[in-house]
Amino acid sequence: MTPVTQVEGKPRASTGTLPKKRLRELFREMLLIRRFEEKVEERFRAGDLPGFLHVAIGQEAVACGVCEALEPDDVIASTHRAHAHTIAKGTPVNAIMAEMYGKKEGCSGGYGGSMHLYDVARGNMGANAVVGGGLPQIAGAALAFQLRKESRVAVAFFGDGATNTGAFHESMNLAQLWKLPVLFVLENNGWAESTPATQQLPLAVEEMAQRAAAYGMTAMEVDGQDIEAVVEATRSARDHAVSGQGPVFLNVRTYRFTGHYVGDPQVYRDKSEVRQLRETQDPIELLRARLGMTGEEFEKVDAEVIAEVEGSVEFAQAGTDPDPADALKWVYADGTMEPASREHSA
Amino acid sequence: MPEITYREAVRDALSQAMRGDERIFLMGEDIAEMGGSMGVTSGMVAEFGPERIRNTPISEIAIVGAGIGAAIQGMLPVVEIMYEDFLTISMEQIVNQAAKHRTMSGGQVKVPLTIRTQGGAGWSPGAQHAQQLESWFVHVPGLKVVFASTPEDVRGLLWSSIYDPNPVIFFEHRTLYPIKGQVPDELEPIPLGKARIHREGTDVSVIATGRLVHEALQAADEAEKDGISVEVVDPRTLSPLDEETIVGSVRKTTRCVTAHEAVVQGGFGAELAAVIQHGAFDYLDAPIERVGAQFAPLAFAPVMEDFCVPHAADVLAAIRRTLARA
Repeated sequence: MTPVTQVEGKPRASTGTLPKKRLRELFREMLLIRRFEEKVEERFRAGDLPGFLHVAIGQEAVACGVCEALEPDDVIASTHRAHAHTIAKGTPVNAIMAEMYGKKEGCSGGYGGSMHLYDVARGNMGANAVVGGGLPQIAGAALAFQLRKESRVAVAFFGDGATNTGAFHESMNLAQLWKLPVLFVLENNGWAESTPATQQLPLAVEEMAQRAAAYGMTAMEVDGQDIEAVVEATRSARDHAVSGQGPVFLNVRTYRFTGHYVGDPQVYRDKSEVRQLRETQDPIELLRARLGMTGEEFEKVDAEVIAEVEGSVEFAQAGTDPDPADALKWVYADGTMEPASREHSA
Repeated sequence: MPEITYREAVRDALSQAMRGDERIFLMGEDIAEMGGSMGVTSGMVAEFGPERIRNTPISEIAIVGAGIGAAIQGMLPVVEIMYEDFLTISMEQIVNQAAKHRTMSGGQVKVPLTIRTQGGAGWSPGAQHAQQLESWFVHVPGLKVVFASTPEDVRGLLWSSIYDPNPVIFFEHRTLYPIKGQVPDELEPIPLGKARIHREGTDVSVIATGRLVHEALQAADEAEKDGISVEVVDPRTLSPLDEETIVGSVRKTTRCVTAHEAVVQGGFGAELAAVIQHGAFDYLDAPIERVGAQFAPLAFAPVMEDFCVPHAADVLAAIRRTLARA
């Protein structure tokens, strides 16, 4: 395993501070995400699911590791590849699967779909289908926390492709300028849709922390296939951010085992590369080995999560179709914002 | 009733709201010590401090995007985009993000964000500092669009925009900042979606926005000398539109001119014309005339700029055309 490394300073070994019991729970969560995404791939190919989908198979440890290190009041903004983040932030799979089916019971009430999963009560400010689109809003959420002196962080997930957008650079600049409590979590899988890093990044994948250096921002290099490393790095980044020292950029090296979207024939990519990654870099297999799980133990957990996912499909299929005219229901909020109460008045 | 300028009226609405509510803060380029490029926020940093009157980098995506994020997290931000031409830079955040969060989340999210901006011709700023782009935003569901033309209106409408639970694009006009007008002693919020009849008339309705409200009033005075009675209506809120007042006016007068500084093609006048022909088809005695700018990027030389944008004389000519007295 690559140790957790601060870009400047000495490499720090993963200290293994997570209790075994908690690691096993995280293993279950990662496996749940994997089985959930395999299921949505299957149901999409079967023609059950409208729209189009992006899965994060291979990147589960990033979502689970980051969210493990957050407090319940912390908020995230996700990307078009949103299922893993949403599950990791605590949304039940039933609500997510129901959203895939466009049902009222979905986590966005059938208004969002796979790329617009929201769960505001659990701190999920929404998945964004515009690459980089959520980043400035995460800076704004962090500004609200800072202005109200709340000990909370706002976390932006994004890919390496997003680091080429203006929204990314303006958000990084603003967050560092104002020392906002933001974690910029780069899920660095080396692909912008079908375009490899070599064709879209002037920096090597392992040099991406230079993006942060350009803004004077603290950066960390993280092995995204090692969930313990992700948890530790995120905890340390969170401590930094809430202490008023400013945002942290996490260059989380990870791998996308699948195509950009479900059904992507991946003509741009060597099949043997994917096979090799699955054999050597699967975060679930790596954790399973570390936990020393027996085949029997694995089968037991696997059967549980498969049943949970199957249950979510049944839940979704039995869900309620929205009234077509409800499409107009949330265009505007009614009324006015309540004036400030006396106690909060200046 | 005190008399204040349009600029002072904007500042007064912001200051009064901020005094009573710590959720409200301002962000924008040069708004602190400099007081904004138009001097609107002049002096406010002394009263409210740099935390709440925040100078930003030149980053229109981040200004609007951070406003959205803070709004979702319970603040009532007012962000300033120095010139409405620069709204184009923040268009993604406005159109795909601010306008859509509420629907995409199935009603979980409110975005009580006010985006103040200004623009307009009349001082030769050239093609990138003088556009009138309000109609672009009227086309986007989820946004509210306000364009105030008097000190009283700008003060009352800005207050309502700040407290509206939706994203509001709030247009001010560059050349209106120095104009003076009476305002009520106490700030009276003006509800969004209510038009104002500035002047009653019986022969033709001029539905005008922004600077053209004043041009229309001038044209109405001229027309009166010829015995033409002109009604001047300012929608004030372009989205949602007070169709009832506008259609009602045209049903009464049977003729209509729309007037704005933005270019005619695809302008807000087209929307007004569509609403009016549908709501007052049997009442119309003449084709609806549209007054607006020439279809060209605004040229620099004062004579060319002056040629491109409409004035009272253009409104008057349109009024006469509806009466076949051209």
